[in-house]
Amino acid sequence: MSEKHAYSCSQLSWLVILRVLIGWYFMYEGLAKIMAPNWSSYAYLRDSKGIFAPLFTLLTDYPVVMTMVNAINMYGLTVIGLCLILGCFVKFANIGAIGLLSLYYLSHPPLLDVHYIIRPEGSYMWVDKNLIMLVAIVVLMLFPTSKMIGLDRYIYRKK
Amino acid sequence: MSGKEEISQHIHEENKPASPNSNSRREALKTLATIPVLGAMAYGVYQKKKKEHNNKLVGNIFSFDADPAVIDRQPDGKTIRLGIIGIGLRGSQLMQALGFATPQYIESLRELEKKDSQNTRYKDFLEQEDLNVEIKGVCDIFDVYAKDAALAGANVNKEGVNGKLEKLPTIYKHYKELLAAKDIDAVVIATPDHWHGTMIIDAVNAGKHVYVEKPLTWTVPETYLVADAVRKSGIVFQLGHQGRQIEINHRAKGIIQKGLIGKITLIEVSTNRNDPNGAWVYPIHPEANPSTIDWKQFEGNPERIKEYFDYMTSVGAAKYVGPEAREKFSLERFFRWRCWWDYGTGLSGDLLTHEYDAMNHMLNLGIPASATSSGGVYFFKDGRTVPDVLQTTFEFPDRDMSLLYTATLASQYKRSRKIMGTDATIELGSTLDVTIDRASVRYKDKIEKGIIKPGEPFYRYASGKSIDALSSATEMYFAERGLLFSYVEGKRYNTTFLHIREWLECIRQNKKPSCGIEEAFEEAMAAHMGTRAYLEGRTMYWDADKQQITRG
Repeated sequence: MSEKHAYSCSQLSWLVILRVLIGWYFMYEGLAKIMAPNWSSYAYLRDSKGIFAPLFTLLTDYPVVMTMVNAINMYGLTVIGLCLILGCFVKFANIGAIGLLSLYYLSHPPLLDVHYIIRPEGSYMWVDKNLIMLVAIVVLMLFPTSKMIGLDRYIYRKK
Repeated sequence: MSGKEEISQHIHEENKPASPNSNSRREALKTLATIPVLGAMAYGVYQKKKKEHNNKLVGNIFSFDADPAVIDRQPDGKTIRLGIIGIGLRGSQLMQALGFATPQYIESLRELEKKDSQNTRYKDFLEQEDLNVEIKGVCDIFDVYAKDAALAGANVNKEGVNGKLEKLPTIYKHYKELLAAKDIDAVVIATPDHWHGTMIIDAVNAGKHVYVEKPLTWTVPETYLVADAVRKSGIVFQLGHQGRQIEINHRAKGIIQKGLIGKITLIEVSTNRNDPNGAWVYPIHPEANPSTIDWKQFEGNPERIKEYFDYMTSVGAAKYVGPEAREKFSLERFFRWRCWWDYGTGLSGDLLTHEYDAMNHMLNLGIPASATSSGGVYFFKDGRTVPDVLQTTFEFPDRDMSLLYTATLASQYKRSRKIMGTDATIELGSTLDVTIDRASVRYKDKIEKGIIKPGEPFYRYASGKSIDALSSATEMYFAERGLLFSYVEGKRYNTTFLHIREWLECIRQNKKPSCGIEEAFEEAMAAHMGTRAYLEGRTMYWDADKQQITRG
């Protein structure tokens, strides 16, 4: 069976809606950072906890590294979001999204008895929204839609 | 319709022969289906930016350039040769601000860094700007302190134990010998309060520039002598109110001068401490004894002591003198001298002066017209004569303003400095916050339009960074915790370092430091009025014509 015939109409619709919503979330997170004056991930990284915390706080010691980290967050999030919404190069966007979400999760794991200065807006134990979104993207990777609805349909068209 | 049927229909549709036109239209539709989503996002972002822009225009009124707090350094300035008099707790800190610490201290900083890689005190100290000074002489009447100070002065390369030391500075047994030394240009004085005035006068007469810890003086009569001596001399004088260097205070001053908070009628300042060290119960050094301490010199200048006794007995405050005889050796009185009026100036001289000077800096208050005080020894009932809870109210009728100082040494609940105006209130803690008043006339239309939410911090400033009400909650939160400090400036400001640096640069450039003799005279008189109001239990007044404290 060819890939594009795999889903029912409603399956396809809801998968695309999920992809677009995650894309929206990413893109606005990126744009908000770009628009905020002097935005920096410094404070967030300084607030890192858990076993990888020393690695994340180490990044903040080097201004050059911080400039890169900030650019990756601002433009990476925006571009990934844009790709997911438009459905172009989604395969790469997914990998990028999983990469960023893993870093967010590992830098701020929702452990018991861990107190973050930036308080999460909900109550979490081990599982948080970053982890759920990460898994949602893995699911979207296994059930791709961009070659049916999205620019990938044109980009990867059979000549 | 079941899923299976749906799929088969889907496949059927895909396989259906169609006109080339409708096929390509369907292709385009499926390719570009999600693009309208971007339109929605663009609309949302546009709306947000529009609203932010309107708010920004209002927020910008607080975001102006404040005077730079740091004096420019002359690149080819001469080396200043220093003498340090009094090297206890504060004296050691001042030496560290100058760039000198004992090998033991350096070792302890290294240990701290080893235990916690986040602790940057060692790194900060190594990287601290070189002030181009030499320590030529040290003087302390406790031998151990004098030897430590000499080691610190010789530790030019900031080495740990077993590191290489340069030539030891001369250790002087008496401060007058240090003042007579030809190879000393300037002195730093960090002795107990009862010695400040006498030493300043002697240093000025010896032609030395002076940096002295606050308060300026111990008695009222000596205050005039000190002021006269410094005014007539050509020396550069700085009083140790390092708060003059706090960046947010400069910004607050700018906001007030622009009239952005309206008419100010009340200022609230405070001291909040809750530990023995904060209450002046300092540790007693194990090597301290009558043979290592020059008690005779500790007692003080007989003229000053007479001024003190005369005043205390003439106003019925003799119960606050002593209780031990002045000539009796006492380790407690030597190390914890701040607990007794015999040597110190209590909360007034030690801590009220910081608060008063900060407000004098921002508002050019001058000496208050009157002062009332109350309080008592309510917690540290350890034999001290100075109160551990104190309230002092200063009135400034020509400014239509009161300044209220309240202090306890038995609770460290955080209270910010509050400058309360008719249009807004400035709160100064680790950050500067401006909260617009609900009844403000100046901001009435902005409040009505919903641009300003009264009662909530509208503008916040933390070390180089303006944060207005549009900033994220996270930024606000971090600013509050002072974490932005290290980010914006790369490292935390040491205000004492900046204050000493300013003094040294003023010596080199023949300029006037920010806390010179006029500011110091005002500080001393304000503190003395507060002290006398407490000791005498009645209101003290300032006669501006006669330049005297009177009883109305």
